[in-house]
Amino acid sequence: MARRPRNVISLGRPSGFAYASLGIILIASFFPFYWTYLIGSGDAGTLTDPTMSWLPGGNFLDNARSVLTNPAVNFWKALGNSIIVSTTIALSTVVLSTLAGFAFAKLRFKGSGPLLIGVVATMVVPVQLGVVPLYILMNEFGWTGELGAVIVPALVSAFGVFWMTQYMQQSLPTELIEAARVDGCNMIRTFWHVAIPAARPAAAMLFLFTFVTAWNNFMWPLIILDQSNPTLPLALSLLQGNYFVDYSLVLSGTLLATVPLLLLFIFAGRQLVSGIMAGAVKG
Amino acid sequence: MATTDLDTTTTGSRTPDNGWRQRLGRWDVKASPYIYIAPFFLVFGVFGLFPIVYTAVISLMDWDTIRNTGSFIGMDNFAYVLQDRKFWVALRNTFSIFLLSAIPQLLLSTFIAAMLDNNLRARTFWRMGVLVPFVVMPVAVGIIFSQLFADNSGQINDWLGMVGVDPIGWHKEVLPSHVAIATMVNFRWTGYNALILLAAMQAIPRDLYEAAAIDGAARMRRFLSITIPQIRPTMIFVIITATIGNLQIFDEPRVFDTTGTGGADQQWLTITMYMYNTGWGQLDFGRASAIAWLLFLIIVVFSLLNLLITRKFISSSDSTGGK
Repeated sequence: MARRPRNVISLGRPSGFAYASLGIILIASFFPFYWTYLIGSGDAGTLTDPTMSWLPGGNFLDNARSVLTNPAVNFWKALGNSIIVSTTIALSTVVLSTLAGFAFAKLRFKGSGPLLIGVVATMVVPVQLGVVPLYILMNEFGWTGELGAVIVPALVSAFGVFWMTQYMQQSLPTELIEAARVDGCNMIRTFWHVAIPAARPAAAMLFLFTFVTAWNNFMWPLIILDQSNPTLPLALSLLQGNYFVDYSLVLSGTLLATVPLLLLFIFAGRQLVSGIMAGAVKG
Repeated sequence: MATTDLDTTTTGSRTPDNGWRQRLGRWDVKASPYIYIAPFFLVFGVFGLFPIVYTAVISLMDWDTIRNTGSFIGMDNFAYVLQDRKFWVALRNTFSIFLLSAIPQLLLSTFIAAMLDNNLRARTFWRMGVLVPFVVMPVAVGIIFSQLFADNSGQINDWLGMVGVDPIGWHKEVLPSHVAIATMVNFRWTGYNALILLAAMQAIPRDLYEAAAIDGAARMRRFLSITIPQIRPTMIFVIITATIGNLQIFDEPRVFDTTGTGGADQQWLTITMYMYNTGWGQLDFGRASAIAWLLFLIIVVFSLLNLLITRKFISSSDSTGGK
């Protein structure tokens, strides 16, 4: 974006007001975490203590340890499960969406138009519409309680195909594919050497989105998994149920559970921001 | 359309097996697209499409969860649900939470977007900053806010007490519980929507602003007469996606108390919670499916309605503001 010339009237030059209001908004959105840390570093009485100090107490590590080692909460197992589930789902969605997106965007075949429209149309269907038969299906397969029951239905997403198709239509030149074909590449090598490198930015964003969505998903794991083999959101809801007398434990566990994605965000937040903004311009 | 050229890849090899290779190449071109979309459609068909269709069948059945079969009972499930007080209460709650979150969220995210649309120092920092709540699990947000909004000496009630307001029964009364849950939704989505609106604002040609500034339009005037009309399609997009998402709300109200039933008097029972409780609390899959279909119909009708209203509303402000 070109910079505006300096001599023109000051258009949207950052004013103190902009910084101040954004600062207040950031403080407001960080406050719940700080408050959670305050309670999580106290003891059972801190939550209801009217003279609670605004400086953290010294119990956070102790509280965290008793959450982490409590067998009823299964925190480590939940963390491992969440990592397995989200990584598998995100990888598979990216690979299968890129394959299908390449075909829809750049190859000609009978029925491609109606098929794509059909896929896009299902994006407005709420997940609730499918959960009852999905549960019955998982019961038939004997997958109830298994991670596979969470992973397999989410291996693909209509949004992923829509996203990759859009991206490749715009940023993968057809001449590049033709050139590869003329050079003797067969279809799969063309896909590997031309389509995949071109699709990398969109694939990275799709990976992030899918990962976050899978990580945060609560309803389906609640339906299909049980307490002994939970994902993180499920473990959190169990923690809340188990310890409702001592909220310093509940909140220290809750804070711990948010750490992995916050770490991911530090490294990948920039891409997430540009992904959201890029999607908005197209959408 | 330019892909037609792919059918004639006859350059290169003049070896004797030219004909064979050509046929192989043609087969490759013909079959490849189907091979590429096959894995997607295989999984999508079994776990995406089939359940959607089969929900309609189950909604007409009295489902036996032990034998895993059902017997047709016509529209009885729909009749039951539509006569159930809980359904209407859940519908009221869902819409109330939706309205309480949609409107403040749109206003606030437009404001944040306008602030971000300045030539800020460290703009990546600010953009990432407003997005942080988005990556926090809704369940975690729900647990944290349910304590911030605790009825007895929760932080919010403490603050209200300082300015002389009596404690509010956030978990006891209907409207306060909706406000608390809507706050969680706003916490998670305001920054996200601000970034979408920011992208739309940055696509506005800057000379529009310069021309207006030269004509003497002040900052506020430029915002109302240029920015708002220009980002109108994106605002509609934000409103529609918020509608679809918000009407399905489950995670936050589910963990708003430890029982997950939506309050002693269903103060914050939402439609999806009602469906979950019917399906996996009472193990009545027929009725749960009927609720799922009703939810889907409500979402479709309401999104269309919303589209019409927002179009009209935003375009009328356009004609008064712009010129």
